[in-house]
Amino acid sequence: MKRFEYHEPASLEEASRLLAELGATAQVLAGGTDLLVEIREHLRPVTHVVNIKRIPGLRDFACDDAQGLRVGALITAREVETSPQVARLFPNLVSAVGQLGSIQVRNRATVVGNICRASPSADTLPPLIADGARLSVFNGNGERSIALEEFFTGPGRTVLRPGEIVTGISVPPPGAHSGRAYIKHGRRKAMELATVGVAVTLEREAGHCREIRIALGAVAPTPIRAREAEALLRGEAFTPERVAAVAEAAMTESTPISNVRASAEYRREMVGVLTRRAITLAMEAIQ
Amino acid sequence: MSQIVSMTINGEERELALEPYRSLLDTLRNEGGLTGTKKGCDVGDCGACTIIMNGKPVNSCLVLAVEAAGAMIETIEGLQLAPDKPHPLQEAFMRYGSAQCGFCTPGIIMMAKALLDENPNPTEDEVRFGIAGNICRCTGYTKIIEAILATAADLQRAKSA
Ligand code: FES
Ligand code: FES
Repeated sequence: MKRFEYHEPASLEEASRLLAELGATAQVLAGGTDLLVEIREHLRPVTHVVNIKRIPGLRDFACDDAQGLRVGALITAREVETSPQVARLFPNLVSAVGQLGSIQVRNRATVVGNICRASPSADTLPPLIADGARLSVFNGNGERSIALEEFFTGPGRTVLRPGEIVTGISVPPPGAHSGRAYIKHGRRKAMELATVGVAVTLEREAGHCREIRIALGAVAPTPIRAREAEALLRGEAFTPERVAAVAEAAMTESTPISNVRASAEYRREMVGVLTRRAITLAMEAIQ
Repeated sequence: MSQIVSMTINGEERELALEPYRSLLDTLRNEGGLTGTKKGCDVGDCGACTIIMNGKPVNSCLVLAVEAAGAMIETIEGLQLAPDKPHPLQEAFMRYGSAQCGFCTPGIIMMAKALLDENPNPTEDEVRFGIAGNICRCTGYTKIIEAILATAADLQRAKSA
């Protein structure tokens, strides 16, 4: 593997100072499952690796009806995947994290690390965005909070400034009469990047849709909210015609590319199909 | 600059002098002299390098050796019960013909061990899900899955006997 300098800061302040001083070729190591591959395959010039695993306080992991979900920066995908509390409240997230690589990878990869790589096709992003997740970011002196849907600026790019470190992610508790679903579309069952990912979280009240958030993955340079599609259903009844119009709108809002996994036309068609299906699944999941 | 890193490998305390950019896989194979763990892809795709670290199966190619300081490492070399007594999974792999070229075998057996430690009575689907990150280009997986399920059944029977 390519040579790099290795650092094990003992505090967030120290890590932040190192990252700010060393500049863009210094990278944070948490799980390492993406970073070490990128270094080995020369996809990213890295001269310094800053391992944050020795920093205390980055392992919070809590999930309950009152507080929702809180996942610290060092919590692995596998820990989230196998948590009965997360499975009960956020089954959409559990099905998404279970798609990340293999069990061996998920035992190392962190959920926050997966977010920070900012891959447009990352499975964890659409369900977290649909559930209104926010990131806590340490910036040298204090913390700031960023809505996950405003975090990404392009493939591999985020709003993080030099020296900033994401310390955790939190998701508000599920609303009353809410249901959620995530559907990933790929060509095979395991070890696959999403061709299209659709997450829907909705709340029902007196037969109407009180609130809905639709998040799409792998069909734009960043994961996106389909806001026009959402607006068509908010406050309305779930009639088949309405849902079909929502699916149509979501297709229009997506701007997919063609690549080795699928053509743009195919992806856009699938956004329509999967949005309809995800709305149905989310409705069925309401308890 | 190399540093001294100590870890427990197959129950034995080892001190290794390492450069921080070395992978745990390379370290086990070179400094550790344990070549049972294989390097297929070196990027986390094939599972040939699977070892058990602090009770969890991981790809040793995706772990820096320095990160394993203080860790408990189990590799295929530590699995046999005695010098001439293979682990039940190793027995079953021989009995079922689950290895052809054998390159994937150490990784799959370590993954299977971790799987059975966590879930002693898995369904076929759970076994398939469990070994999804272990690629075998020879066997077509059928005999591997049979051997893992047979081992689970044997171990269950031995426990209730
Ligand atoms: S060598 Fe580690 S996964 Fe292939
Ligand atoms: S036996 Fe040859 S790769 Fe599995």
